[in-house]
Amino acid sequence: MQQLSSTIAANRFGLGARPGDLAAIGDDGRGWLRAQLAAAAPVLPDEGLPPSAEVLGQAFALQRQIRAERRSGSDVQQKLPQLLRPIYTAEATARFRQAVLSERPFLERLTQFWSNHFAVSIDKQYMAGLAGSFEREAIRPHVLDNFGDLLVAAETHPAMLLYLDNHLSVGPHSPAALRAGRRQRGRPLGINENLGREILELHTLGAGGGYTQADVTSFATVITGWSLGGGIGPFADGPPGRFVFRSAMHEPGAKTVLGRRYPDDGYGQGVAVLNDIAQHPATARHIAVKLARHFIADEPPPGAVERIARAFSDYGGDLRRVYRALIDSGEAWEQPLAKYKTPGDFIISAYRGLSLPADAGHGPLAPFELLGQRTWQPGSPAGWPDRSADWDGASALLKRIEWADAVGGRLGSRRDAAALAPQLLGANLSAATGTAIGRAASASQALTLLMSAPEFMRR
Amino acid sequence: MSRITRLPRRDFLSMGALAAGGTFLGSRLCLANAAARGKRRPRFVLVVLRGALDGLAAVPPLGDRDYANLRGEFALRPPGEAQGALPLDGFFGLHPALKFLHDSYAARELTVFHAVASPYRERSHFDGQDVLENGTPLPHASQSGWLNRALGESSGGARRDSGVALGQNVPLVMRGPAQVTSWSPSRLAGPDEDTLARITDLYSHDPLLSVRLADALAADAMVAQSDGMQGMAPEVARVGADRYAEIVHAAAGFLRQEDGPQVAVFDTSGWDTHANQGGAEGQLAGRLTALDRGLATLRAQLGPAWNDTTVLLVTEFGRTAAINGTRGTDHGTATMALLVGGAVAGGRVIADWPGLSSRSLYQGRDLMPTLDLRCVLKGLLQEHLGVPARALDSAVFPGSEHARPLRGLLRA
Repeated sequence: MQQLSSTIAANRFGLGARPGDLAAIGDDGRGWLRAQLAAAAPVLPDEGLPPSAEVLGQAFALQRQIRAERRSGSDVQQKLPQLLRPIYTAEATARFRQAVLSERPFLERLTQFWSNHFAVSIDKQYMAGLAGSFEREAIRPHVLDNFGDLLVAAETHPAMLLYLDNHLSVGPHSPAALRAGRRQRGRPLGINENLGREILELHTLGAGGGYTQADVTSFATVITGWSLGGGIGPFADGPPGRFVFRSAMHEPGAKTVLGRRYPDDGYGQGVAVLNDIAQHPATARHIAVKLARHFIADEPPPGAVERIARAFSDYGGDLRRVYRALIDSGEAWEQPLAKYKTPGDFIISAYRGLSLPADAGHGPLAPFELLGQRTWQPGSPAGWPDRSADWDGASALLKRIEWADAVGGRLGSRRDAAALAPQLLGANLSAATGTAIGRAASASQALTLLMSAPEFMRR
Repeated sequence: MSRITRLPRRDFLSMGALAAGGTFLGSRLCLANAAARGKRRPRFVLVVLRGALDGLAAVPPLGDRDYANLRGEFALRPPGEAQGALPLDGFFGLHPALKFLHDSYAARELTVFHAVASPYRERSHFDGQDVLENGTPLPHASQSGWLNRALGESSGGARRDSGVALGQNVPLVMRGPAQVTSWSPSRLAGPDEDTLARITDLYSHDPLLSVRLADALAADAMVAQSDGMQGMAPEVARVGADRYAEIVHAAAGFLRQEDGPQVAVFDTSGWDTHANQGGAEGQLAGRLTALDRGLATLRAQLGPAWNDTTVLLVTEFGRTAAINGTRGTDHGTATMALLVGGAVAGGRVIADWPGLSSRSLYQGRDLMPTLDLRCVLKGLLQEHLGVPARALDSAVFPGSEHARPLRGLLRA
């Protein structure tokens, strides 16, 4: 019987055991995870994926062309999706391949965790072309950094500024607003509080983290002027698709956020607020709860939350220290199968366990759509939910079984479920599952049973 | 001006007077009503509009003196003008995209509630939706939803196992002790009976998966066996790309069966219009058009069962009264709710209108709540699904004794 330690390390902290993984991990699951934290954060192999600035540069150029051609009556509306969709497919495929092939799956899971924490969703304009590069540029390089660095990288990325509308937000007393007011035409310019609110509620302090509507409004004025270059109309100047601080749109003057007064130094005012809230005890707790919910249990054990939050505060948000506190939490190693897999977890673990090809020629993104978790489309800035009840619906379960049956049918006798079961499920493999696989009517059915087993639905 | 503003208020007050007439007598009357309907089976559809639908855009208070100024370029014109709002009661109008709903109002099958809000008073979508669904005054205070608990308490109106969520998973409002299922169209063939039997066997010691699989297979069997749903799959396949149309077809397919689920829930998103919201046309108008068409389809697909149906549309909160700096609206407080269906005593706007002057706005920025959404929900659950008043005050909406059910929402 395999050690529980390797089973939990590979399946809960990692993305699912591959044949041979559990034996290689041996009885030191914690050591295997700590080793993954040692080197620099993994990057995606260069597959010619375009940087977000390039994507946006092309998108803006295309929109100018669309505007020009509309005047001459031609309809080129479809061109923007035609530009962005192939980028989405290439990005999501590259991410999936990395998850399936990674030797440091704990780091890939952490990357997905943070990408979901700072979620952008492809159902909003431009995001299909940006969600992947956002993850590669703002999230991936910082998963082993300080939380404050990750925070600033995410909030200043053009994808986030566009997703939460901040690029258009104008201080009501900024030079741009006063100019527009003097001209006495058009609409008055003002703030959009979307990004300011979600930074406080979702990315840092958390709802109930002690901020007020006045803090939201004030913080939103602090980050007025955080915009990007190369856009349409008044946003045309500046490097296309890159962060630009537009001082003409920035609300002048000192502002108070969470009881602290910040003198105005333009762009730096927002960074100063971000650096402070990154260190706030409510942020430490909010992040600790989310990590513990993801890695330990839907209802996170208070002791573990406390330890993780303390590590966050004691080490100034050093994420390596935070992850070590998580790994060292005994609660994470006590309850096997405490977490119900998301559709993404389920698919990736099946691909890893059955050595399925995740390259572009095999339509690798179809199962995500079938099972209800299209990559980078959580539909809201809150990201995908992370509790069993969010994913364990009757129809959702049947979809998994149907997909498992299709995969089993395709593989047939090319995989041996009886040999794979102990290698993938380790200490979690139940006698009932072992017997059912052993008695299956065909190799295909045995694989369907393996993937449908209660212990394969969970991690 | 003052005459029309009083109209909705008087309507509201008369409802309140009815509600004050005694809970005991009221509930007996309700049960008598349900009994008098004989074999008619009530059907209820809950549509959760996620993202905070702008109630002032969907149901503009055209007669409010501050409306046009607050809404600026997006203020809808009066009925009769080009792209004008659709007329309701002289004070309120409907967004011009809501044509089916307007026809329903004329047919007295739509009741509009305005300045309505759940007990939630902050501005987080996610906590707001949690309160909207969990039925308590606080976010994350319950792991089950009010609709599930109401099904559990329903006395003859709806069976315990009569709920279906359209979608792969069950939203919070429908989660809980009463058995409910979920259904969504499948694009894969699925395992043969032998494999399913073996998986069922494999799940026999797993309390969660055994129930889920049984529910899923029961829902599939209903789809496969029912005459009414033959041919649903091709319809669904045709509308393939449009999840909303799929869901509406499926909901109707379940509800129109005589022994199928009586309660269906689904959600739609895309209402979080922070920028470039649009007015009579534009982003929000497009979403409203799709919503309205979906409801028209639901009515057509339900056939005669529409007469026993109520459809309630709710959202977590409203949006700022004024347009923001990016031609959109930010998170607000009170909004509207819509109740449509053949069983609805409609053709009314029920609102204790607080006004939009800067002094009347909640925290100086949002529409002030004057109607607790739970009053609407309780009245509906009691009259339509036969949920006892005592259960509504305790198990279904804990701590809501002061929120009296609105009476007379259904046709006698």
